[in-house]
Amino acid sequence: MTANASISVRSLSKWYGSWRALRDVSMDIEGGTCTVLCGPSGSGKSTLLRCLNGLEEWQEGDVVIGGVPVGYRAGELRRLRRDVGMVFQSFNLFPHLSVLDNVTLAPRIVRRRGRRESEQHAMQLLERVGVGQHAAKLPSALSGGQQQRVAIARALAMRPSILLFDEPTSALDPESVKEVLDVMIDLARSGTTMAVVTHEMGFARRVAGRVVFMDKGSIVETGEPDEFFDCPCTDRAKAFLGNIARN
Amino acid sequence: MATTSVSGNSRAPATAAGRLLATAVANPFGTLVVLGLAYLAWTLGLPIVDWAFVNATWVASDRAGCNPDGACWAFIVNRLPQFAFGFYPEAERWRAWIVLLAPPLLLLLAMAPDFPGRRRILVVGFCLYPIAAFVMLAGGVLGLAPVPSEKWGGLLLTMVVGLGAFVFSFPIAILLAIGRASKLPAIRLLATGFIEFWRGMPLIAILFMSVIMLPLFLPPGVEFPRLTLAMIGITLYSAAFLAEVARGGLQSVSRGQSEAANALGFGFWAMQGYIVMPQALRAVLPGIVNSAISLLKDTTYVMVVGLFDLLNIVNAALSDPAWLGLATEGYVFVGLVFWSLCFGLSQVSARMERDAERNQSRTPSGERKAP
Repeated sequence: MTANASISVRSLSKWYGSWRALRDVSMDIEGGTCTVLCGPSGSGKSTLLRCLNGLEEWQEGDVVIGGVPVGYRAGELRRLRRDVGMVFQSFNLFPHLSVLDNVTLAPRIVRRRGRRESEQHAMQLLERVGVGQHAAKLPSALSGGQQQRVAIARALAMRPSILLFDEPTSALDPESVKEVLDVMIDLARSGTTMAVVTHEMGFARRVAGRVVFMDKGSIVETGEPDEFFDCPCTDRAKAFLGNIARN
Repeated sequence: MATTSVSGNSRAPATAAGRLLATAVANPFGTLVVLGLAYLAWTLGLPIVDWAFVNATWVASDRAGCNPDGACWAFIVNRLPQFAFGFYPEAERWRAWIVLLAPPLLLLLAMAPDFPGRRRILVVGFCLYPIAAFVMLAGGVLGLAPVPSEKWGGLLLTMVVGLGAFVFSFPIAILLAIGRASKLPAIRLLATGFIEFWRGMPLIAILFMSVIMLPLFLPPGVEFPRLTLAMIGITLYSAAFLAEVARGGLQSVSRGQSEAANALGFGFWAMQGYIVMPQALRAVLPGIVNSAISLLKDTTYVMVVGLFDLLNIVNAALSDPAWLGLATEGYVFVGLVFWSLCFGLSQVSARMERDAERNQSRTPSGERKAP
């Protein structure tokens, strides 16, 4: 897989029982670009993101990452997930491990790298996201913003070709939001392929190559951030942006 | 405890005795209760002290040599080697000593101040103990003379059965707990059925079945010693209970943990081993120790299939014509030994919980050096 792979989604559909969460979704994410997914809650944006690394199964359609279709078999999925990093809304750091161990565990166990090599790489990443001095602490001793930056370092430690962010700043206070967004902006500018579910329109305007607006399980509108925010074409997008602006 | 009150009330009595006195004079009801308790302690406690210490006989060659008004501890003292080792041959006793002393030493180590590698020694020690103990006692290898398991007995047997069944049942319990939470119906059904079967049967019935019925189904010529059969039964019984404790722990680990592990490319077993189980087992540590204590006491049931554990061997010694009528001394001794072991276990549990709590709230500026 290339260092910054592209993603292609073809007519993806997913049902939870009889309820249809995704309707015939097709989308392309170019390698090395950042795509922002937005839309009201329940619009399927998180579900779509979680399909991209197989955390959710879907019923129809294909997901192709770096030219390789995402299969269902456990072995294939595992190989794919090593190359697709994910950052969660609730951080999901491992509470029983130190910050450093959180970052080194997957490289050591999944990639079978040596401890010394993993720890050196982990420290570089922790310094890069600005939490190097907290390496020996347990996650619970860190603020939310710091924890989320550790989670980003943990995803980066696997040297993924794509990073997925599922509302990474929704659980943070405003000050922490900026810390985390700065790290994400830095990543986007260095040419990482990113798919980000977020309502942070400032972030989208600054680094997103494209904004994808979803509602009721389908993609309603896509466009460059400036076009989309300044003159959304559809009424639903207009209403949504109006709501966000009011908050 | 002589702690001074920090609540600001300077007249608050500083010691437990002081508090008791304060309660006693505070109101008539308090006075009555304290006086009543003191009377009870005096009338019940004094005879016990008289019996157990003041009038007790420690050295005698038979019952007749004991003071009839006090405890005849000479009986226990004379029989101590037998109570400890059963009929283990005297020439090979050093092996039994090692097996007998290893668990208390491990418990002491578990209570010792932390030093690098302590945890590893503990984990490896407890995991290897059953196998090492069996090899050490049975012999036949490494130049050790073989000793049939019929000769093992007393506290030695209690240790081997109790710790052995616990250690062997642990991995089975974890697999059962994982199986019971599985998404695959066949595995879930199998694990649930196994747990319900072994949990629902009385241990005595399990012991009878494994020792008396199981050999009937074995091909002719294949014979297991009774101890092995009983151990298998107790191990599976204990595994069923531990599995439910472990399942409680599994449910306390949030779904986000396994999702994060999945997203990092962990396989199922690596995820369980490195991420889910360490958290799950830590969460239910008190329940695990509770099961261990309960299992240790349940080992006394092996007497129904003719094994001479500590309780049964003391029981048998009570019919010795030279020491007739000393049931009280015998059972008090058994009770004290079991109580000390279980108390040791609960102390270790408390220590582990304290350690875990400190770990959670530590602010380790420089406690562990980053590379």
